[in-house]
Amino acid sequence: MSADLISVEEFAANAKAWIAAHLPPTDPTAGHFFFTDASQLPDDHDLTRISRCRELQRMLFDGGFAGICVPKEYGGQGLTSAHQFAFNSELRGYDYPLEIQASTFIPCMALLLEFGTLEQKLRHIPKMLRGEEVWAQFLSEPSGGSDAAGAMTTALRDGEQWLLNGSKIWTTGAFCSDWAMCLARTNSGAEKHRGLTVFSIPIRSPGVEIHRIELLNGSKEFCQEFLTDVVVDDRDRVGDVDAGWTVVTRWLHHERTIAGGSPYVTSAGSRADAAPNDGPQLAELARALGTLDDARTLELIGEARALSLVTDALIESVTAKMQAGSLPHHAAAMLRLFSGTGNVRKTSIAMELAGDAGVVWSPGDVQRGGVALGYLVRQASCIGGGTTEMARNVISERLLGMPREVRADGGPFRDVPRGPN
Amino acid sequence: MFADTPDQQLFEAGTRRFLEANFPVSRIRELADAPTAFEPTVWREGAALGWTTLLVPDEAGGGSISGNGLADVLIVASLFGQHAAPGPLLGTNVVAAALGRWGSTEQQTGPLAEIVAGESVAAWAHASTRGLRPSSRVGVTATPSGSTVVLRGRLGSVESASDTGYLLLTADAPQGRTQFLVAVATVGVQLSALRSIDLTRRFYDVILDDVVVPVAAQVGEAGSADEHDADLLDIVAAMLLGEMVGAIDRAFTMTLEWTFNRYSFGRPLGSYQEIKHRVADMRTHLEAGEAVAARAARAVGTGAQDARSWVSAGMTYLGHHAPEVIQDCIQLHGGIGVTYDHDLHLFLRRATLDAQLFGSPSDFAQRLGLLVSTAEGAMA
Repeated sequence: MSADLISVEEFAANAKAWIAAHLPPTDPTAGHFFFTDASQLPDDHDLTRISRCRELQRMLFDGGFAGICVPKEYGGQGLTSAHQFAFNSELRGYDYPLEIQASTFIPCMALLLEFGTLEQKLRHIPKMLRGEEVWAQFLSEPSGGSDAAGAMTTALRDGEQWLLNGSKIWTTGAFCSDWAMCLARTNSGAEKHRGLTVFSIPIRSPGVEIHRIELLNGSKEFCQEFLTDVVVDDRDRVGDVDAGWTVVTRWLHHERTIAGGSPYVTSAGSRADAAPNDGPQLAELARALGTLDDARTLELIGEARALSLVTDALIESVTAKMQAGSLPHHAAAMLRLFSGTGNVRKTSIAMELAGDAGVVWSPGDVQRGGVALGYLVRQASCIGGGTTEMARNVISERLLGMPREVRADGGPFRDVPRGPN
Repeated sequence: MFADTPDQQLFEAGTRRFLEANFPVSRIRELADAPTAFEPTVWREGAALGWTTLLVPDEAGGGSISGNGLADVLIVASLFGQHAAPGPLLGTNVVAAALGRWGSTEQQTGPLAEIVAGESVAAWAHASTRGLRPSSRVGVTATPSGSTVVLRGRLGSVESASDTGYLLLTADAPQGRTQFLVAVATVGVQLSALRSIDLTRRFYDVILDDVVVPVAAQVGEAGSADEHDADLLDIVAAMLLGEMVGAIDRAFTMTLEWTFNRYSFGRPLGSYQEIKHRVADMRTHLEAGEAVAARAARAVGTGAQDARSWVSAGMTYLGHHAPEVIQDCIQLHGGIGVTYDHDLHLFLRRATLDAQLFGSPSDFAQRLGLLVSTAEGAMA
């Protein structure tokens, strides 16, 4: 760290003053889409909110608080992760562009910083930091969720251009994004992990068709895309041809830090803590139900709060250890596993506290409706962003060095079995 | 594991060497059948290493390593957990903390100085077995009689009470619940030994049969015991968290090694995905336990506003998961895991005792739930 950087303390004091003067209070309708009753939201809710996020991001940029640890030449502040964390710790209670942190800044901006050309970084990162470019992730495919390397979307080279065909799924907010980071197969004769390449593509290119998927709680944030002869310039390729898996390894790492700990994320706290099934919200529910004095109720509220606090402590500790090098980056899988299973338990606690009020409710009662629909979509927190099963594989195989699973997908990718026949 | 600064690392290394030399598992097994589970000379050597001064302010004859004595004690506690080590670590430090904060000059220059030097040990007769609220059932009454006070009643599950030691207890007094420091050797103090799930931690039923102590035996203001007991519960809980993390760390390390070396159906046990996923869960619980223990010790040791929430969260979480993780370690070992010959049970015993003794996980969850439902919890 160079000596002429502003101290973290001074930066935090400036941030506190700026946040209080500029940012509005938390928007109760923002965030935590996994856990709430989204069926009551107007159709344009997501679009309106993303527009608001773009404005908020622009405010951060103008205030000198966007891209805190992004180099200055790309429009950032050139400071350290300690500065970003200090900024984040002042954010609680204020609105900020929560919904565009993932996927725009992690993994997309982080990947551009690591693998992008100078031209790509200069072209995109300042716009991301100003809220002018919102990015999405074209990673998963209908044929396989966890098996990212099994991508079947193809990219065929034609001179200085590529022609993309295939389908992507589980893309958060594709319908209101501008660009996407897209994994495609460029050599199906090579071994599965060796024939992949990453591209950045403008989402409104001809041939990109977007469908919104409705989840059990009414959320329509996730999308499926169909790519038909989409033309992509070679200058929009990220990383080397057929070396896409190197990029995806880091892509998945950044994705696992969505639960917390990324130096590129502006966040008022972990997602676990921002979810509606944390202790204080559950206490409100119990108060409304008139059960707050009950010992069993207090125990359940305490258990939920304990899970949130332990999650926070775990994120803080593992992040510090990864930065200090005492834990490898694979340790981030523990954060993903813990926040996923913790959210599942907290969602069940909400149902247990609510009882019949969690399964039958008046129209418009978002508190009780949130319990019901949040419960239905509960497992999303152990699926989205990489399943907890995959996290357990990473922890056991990569962190602890346990034997790897036997592979059935060696040899040329075109020969890998894809079904019973 | 909890040593951050170079000084703390030196302290950790010294304590680890001492415990390895004095308490290998073979010695723990011998001590299981011995009348006393620790020798006074060994305890004095531990005190010389710094185990007893950490929670005592400098001006009362103590001193911490890092500025946060509880974070320093956490280092010792985790090593005690890793070795299932005997000794009055918890009681001595809790009573030292109490006397350092609220003790009279006489109590500080007398009993506290003896405790810090390792010449005396101390036990905290935790007034309540419930974490939630101060107990309404008081076991001891204090009746003033001239310049003395007469203590009557019974205290259950008091650890390491011995002839050379002191008891810090809470009694129902005319001006409200009040703490007293009583020498175990005082006439009328009767001990009857109990059995415990831990091989080397010894507990007693204490009967106070008209025990006459001077008025000066009172610790702190009359009527302050409920508040003080709550503070002491936070302190002892932080130490319990350290012990539990140490115990699961040892059990996990043994189990991971086992999954590499044990073959079944021609494959290492650890090559089965079911086993790998269970081990991944254990590893994550260990990391989470370590994180919350460190965070709780930091909060309680610095008197942070949300300290009680942090330490209660830790006890809620680890009180449940520490014994469960070790039980799962036993499961992965198969039959050998439930034999006395295998060492895993030493750590299961320690973790289980710690998880229940000062309040069960559900008690601490209720304590946290109560904090959440009030303004105090909302701050956390």
